[in-house]
Amino acid sequence: MNLKKINIENKKIRDLIPQVLTVLALISVIFYFATNAQINMGNRGISFGFGFLSQEASFDIAFSLIEFDGSYSYGRAFLVGLLNTILVSIIGIFLATILGVIVGVARLSNNYLIAKTAEWYVEIFRNIPLILQIFFWYFAALRALPSPENAINFYDVSYLTIKGWYIPKFVWINFDIFCYSIIIALISIYFFNRYAKKQREEYGKILPTFTLSLGILISIPLLSFLLLGVSLSFNYPELKQLSETSYTYEKGVSIIPELIALALALSMYTATFIAENVRAGVIGVSKGQKEAAASIGLNKSQILKLVVMPQALRIIIPPTTNQYLNLTKNSSLAAAIAYPDMVLVFAKTALMQTGRAIEIISITMLTYLSLSISISILMNWYNKKMAIKEK
Amino acid sequence: MILTNLKPTKEKINTFLPLGSIFVIFAFLDVLTNTFLNQNITGFLPQTLSYIAPLLLGYIGFYLIRIEFSGIKFLDKLNKNINSSNFNAFLTLLILFIIIKAISPLMNWLILEANFAGSSKDDCTGNGACWVFIKVWFNRLMYGLYPDVEQWRVNSAFILLFALVGIAFFVPQKIKKYFIIFLLFVYPFIGIKLLSGGSFGLVYVETAAWGGLSLTFIISAFAILFCFPIGVLLALGRRSSLPAIRYISIGFIELWRGVPLITVLFMAAVMFPMFLPDGTFIDKLIRVLIAITLFEAAYMAEVVRGGLQALPKGQYEAAKSLGMGYWRMNVLIILPQALKLVIPGIANTLLALVKDTPLIFVVGLMELAGMIGLAKTNPKWLGMAMEGYVFAGLVFWIICYAMSRYSQNLEKKLSTER
Repeated sequence: MNLKKINIENKKIRDLIPQVLTVLALISVIFYFATNAQINMGNRGISFGFGFLSQEASFDIAFSLIEFDGSYSYGRAFLVGLLNTILVSIIGIFLATILGVIVGVARLSNNYLIAKTAEWYVEIFRNIPLILQIFFWYFAALRALPSPENAINFYDVSYLTIKGWYIPKFVWINFDIFCYSIIIALISIYFFNRYAKKQREEYGKILPTFTLSLGILISIPLLSFLLLGVSLSFNYPELKQLSETSYTYEKGVSIIPELIALALALSMYTATFIAENVRAGVIGVSKGQKEAAASIGLNKSQILKLVVMPQALRIIIPPTTNQYLNLTKNSSLAAAIAYPDMVLVFAKTALMQTGRAIEIISITMLTYLSLSISISILMNWYNKKMAIKEK
Repeated sequence: MILTNLKPTKEKINTFLPLGSIFVIFAFLDVLTNTFLNQNITGFLPQTLSYIAPLLLGYIGFYLIRIEFSGIKFLDKLNKNINSSNFNAFLTLLILFIIIKAISPLMNWLILEANFAGSSKDDCTGNGACWVFIKVWFNRLMYGLYPDVEQWRVNSAFILLFALVGIAFFVPQKIKKYFIIFLLFVYPFIGIKLLSGGSFGLVYVETAAWGGLSLTFIISAFAILFCFPIGVLLALGRRSSLPAIRYISIGFIELWRGVPLITVLFMAAVMFPMFLPDGTFIDKLIRVLIAITLFEAAYMAEVVRGGLQALPKGQYEAAKSLGMGYWRMNVLIILPQALKLVIPGIANTLLALVKDTPLIFVVGLMELAGMIGLAKTNPKWLGMAMEGYVFAGLVFWIICYAMSRYSQNLEKKLSTER
């Protein structure tokens, strides 16, 4: 009895010692760094604090979704950078998903040529560093585009030039009502789908869910156009001569080449990983599942929709979310080609001007970190929800 | 009635096969002459029709030769692989035509109209690529700004490394252990001394002058060397039963995995010096190396953790029942099995590490991609971006493709053993 007690106490102490030592080491390292930082900042006459965020930034940003010029604050500059990061990430995720699904499905094709082409696409683009691909698109491919006066013309609506891609500007009247109408449409689709599911599970009635959902999504915003005074017109880009040899386009929206290059490279690179996920997901659904579904009389599209896809998605979605996260983090490579994302605007330009290395780098890293952590929390929740409940 | 007559069957193979072949051959002839001889043999048709004529003809031809169980081996194989349905036939044609159309300008640019001889931009007269650019800058692309007369040191460091690795594969098991210990713990110092110099009669070369492809290898090698043990320790820490160690490990891993490498490099370049006592100076290359190592170690830790989790509990219990302590159990029983399980994951992490090395340009170190950036902005060589990045892409592709192939082979080899 006594011996056992001593043993337990021994184990407790044995467990405690390494923990205490690690924590102490960590604290002392942090303390050492903090004191040094304090001394260094004192020597340079700056004090730690985030007050600089409200100071005037006095630099311009080439591409911004919200109003910005030199008279706005550093905080606003951070916001501009963050929005640009989010913009390129969303475009990249959208394109990468489409391309990735196509390539992933193509790799499984029974057509030898299609499968091989898709395989080589993956092998080529996955094994070249992303930064080189960005450089290639920006410095080599897009620089080969014509100047504005010889632009590549898409039906007089948009123009592709070396200075960027000019597209029509959307001019909305009562845009907020349109947004509400879309929200209402989405809510009604949600309730309709719940109703359809109930009908199916309780009475065995199958409603044409997809067609009706699409109908709702189109008809409610359309009604807002007809009844509530929403209207949309376009400002087409027009060629304008600035001087004898210099031309530009006006009135439209200009998508800068940096954004095009970055979005292209990010989506083509990430698509290879998504394609592999899609392939693994579809292969992962065992053949028996399809055969069982066929044997109870489901047709081909029902098998795909009701049996294969739900199981394949369970395999595909978690690693694909990871890829979305990687794409968002990789969008920081924007700094290499001067696309004004968070890293370039904040961690480079603002840092150079203010010299506040510690504050700025911590804000930047924390922003990325909170993005990552919130997505992984969401993912864990999703995985738990979707996991097959075994009895 | 007509439709059933038109359906290709084995009975009518003698009519359908020649007819279909003629259509297909004609379609390809049209595309080929169009691309290589600039002759449009369907030019008499209206423009749009002439444009899609090969697709249409090929489609009809493929339909006619789609004869099931024809008994002709080649035809059956063709039908099964690229002509199994109308949709497949269409995609096959589309891809083949795109390849034919693309291959001619690509070949022209890469080889046929490219310039290989010469020593300046003026020697590039053709429409194709100017490989003279790569030739002239080759030394810089490989060695960075390392002085020309000292480059034998870089060469000999790498030759020594490859020779040692090569010998290590062939020496008997008994000596192998010492060889590996020498490679891991002694060679790095020899290599660094050889590269940086400053003693033994070697001229000192500062790390700012290191660059090019050799820097990619140096950084990859050192980061791989250090990130592996750190990653394993972090993985063990994350699985530890001691809460303080577990939470510190989790925090550390998630911190590095949550941020982009570029911000970590910025941190190493501008923020880290602030944390050191005034006047201390750590070489930029070393700071960057530490940053990359810690960053990749976090990813490595997650891979190793996957292996640790996959091991059955019985292995731990068996080791404990033999009276093994924590370290003995892990080093002798758990890790050898766990690491073997995750070799593909480890290889992928190392691959990602190699692909990440070009990022060091953000802090002013120039490996291959960075040197291309420097070379293409040289006033004498403007407009050479395409050649430069195609070359760099090719070099990295060969390295990464070889690595991924090797890891796939390793995976296959190990999976048959089990």
